[in-house]
Amino acid sequence: MAVEILKEKYRNKVGEVVLGATSDQGGTRSHTITVGGEEALPFLHFEGEIPNRPVLVLEVWDIVPTEWNPCFEKHYGDVWSDPAAWARKCVEEFGAEMIQIRLKSADPDLGDSSPEDCAAIVKKVLGAVGVPLIIVGCGKPEKDNLIYNPIAEAAAGENLLLGVAELENYKAVTSACMANQHNIIAQSPIDINICKQLNILIAEMSTAMANRIIVDPTIAALGYGIEYSYSIMERARNGALQGDKMLAMPMIGNVGLEAWRAKEANSPTEDEPGWGEQEERGLLWETTTAMAYLQSGIDILVMRHPEALKVIKSSIDDLMKDNS
Amino acid sequence: MIIIGERINGMFKDIAQAIKDQNPAAVQEWARKQEHNGAHYLDINVGPSSATPIEAMKWLVEVTQEVSDLPLCLDSTKYDAIEAGLKLCKRPAMINSVPAEMAKMERVFAMAAEYGAEVVALAMNEEGIPKDADSRIALAAELVATADAFGIAPDMLYIDPLVLPCNVAQDHGPEVMRTLREIKLISDPAPKTVIGLSNVSQGTKNRELINRTFAVMAMANGLDAGIVDANDDELMAAIASARIILNMDIYCDSYVNVFIQRNR
Repeated sequence: MAVEILKEKYRNKVGEVVLGATSDQGGTRSHTITVGGEEALPFLHFEGEIPNRPVLVLEVWDIVPTEWNPCFEKHYGDVWSDPAAWARKCVEEFGAEMIQIRLKSADPDLGDSSPEDCAAIVKKVLGAVGVPLIIVGCGKPEKDNLIYNPIAEAAAGENLLLGVAELENYKAVTSACMANQHNIIAQSPIDINICKQLNILIAEMSTAMANRIIVDPTIAALGYGIEYSYSIMERARNGALQGDKMLAMPMIGNVGLEAWRAKEANSPTEDEPGWGEQEERGLLWETTTAMAYLQSGIDILVMRHPEALKVIKSSIDDLMKDNS
Repeated sequence: MIIIGERINGMFKDIAQAIKDQNPAAVQEWARKQEHNGAHYLDINVGPSSATPIEAMKWLVEVTQEVSDLPLCLDSTKYDAIEAGLKLCKRPAMINSVPAEMAKMERVFAMAAEYGAEVVALAMNEEGIPKDADSRIALAAELVATADAFGIAPDMLYIDPLVLPCNVAQDHGPEVMRTLREIKLISDPAPKTVIGLSNVSQGTKNRELINRTFAVMAMANGLDAGIVDANDDELMAAIASARIILNMDIYCDSYVNVFIQRNR
């Protein structure tokens, strides 16, 4: 007698969010990217439809990233003083499906560039690549709140993913997104309660924004609390599938940023000869971190090392094969 | 907990009048209000005094469905009226109710199978409401077995252990709690459980307090559904809180609003 596979039936699915807009839709992107829409836990194609692949993004800074590990210089050194050229290289040479611009230059301690300068950088990158863009501020809310609106206006129609909104500071970025129809990153500090509450607060400002939220649950690298963020994401996704609409949003994670903070990724080969060659070790650290998050239901992975991106891309190819 | 809104019932004067005048205003207002406040199902009962229950049921079903997409719970002792209503329901409905009496079970379960309806099944028979948990569970098992013979899965049944007012039958309280727990052991999948909440407080002076205390205690004992006043905000808040304590919903600061609004 054939064994019947026990299949879970879920009541709800993750919402779909479209990023970018083509010229027909009022933007200038060559195509759009849809994320979310999962009807089952990650890659369990036999339990429900997984309509969209997780998206691989490379991060681009608008200043030379001197704090990055020196091993990145050979990949990005020729372009990293020009965000537009850097973005183009990521897309054309390394196969990035989206670009995340981190507007580091806005940081009052790192150049304090004006909101208009930030908007101009975004426009320049929009002109250089055809993929949809993710734009995040410098990480200092008092300054970031000043740049969201000019950027949102300058890129009106482009259907950006803009961030980040936090529980204590979500109104400026939400209203910038509302007014110019962009999508928003809602970031919570590895805390599912705050994650849900922040989604509710954004939805209360505008019900239309509820369908434009990408959740950033804040992820940790392998060895630095990956199991905490993994279990938060797993719980959020289970909640979403069981009917919790305020958790049924696609998720994003800064995999590259976190992995390349780890000592294990950065220690020079000569300091830790037993650990193997540094760059390979670092990209494996990033790859392993990304692999774990793919299994937690992540929809957008912001990567840093081009080789790590390549490995994860081929893993996603395998995971997206129908197993029903 | 699945909330079955109790308010569209001919026992209430405004609904009785609406049926008499064929004026849907009051019925539709209550349908909207209950849905707005978090009901999952709307109970439809023509009331005891209706001279033409079949016609009244059809009318109530129609006017309710004009303003609400919620599934209906057709509540009558007259099965011809329920069947007339079932024919008009746009979504699979619930039949409320059948006791563990063979002739009635045969009539109701055949009808439930035909229309794909869920059934509220009462843990009582010709001899009335049992005094203890064991007799209630025996009747529940009889209901599950009979339903199964008609091809109705146990989880299509909502067993009502029947609670009596706490001011006259105080000793029933713990028996009902035990019944709720043990009903879950009858079959796999287990039948669901339901309670007509307002019964427990009939004739008392603290009706709302007793209702919501009973609701959360019953939930802790596994209750799945309640026929309740969905417009009792304190009750709905207590149910939302019990769901948090029982880890049925993920906490956030706005959890009460989330629970009430999740249907909208």
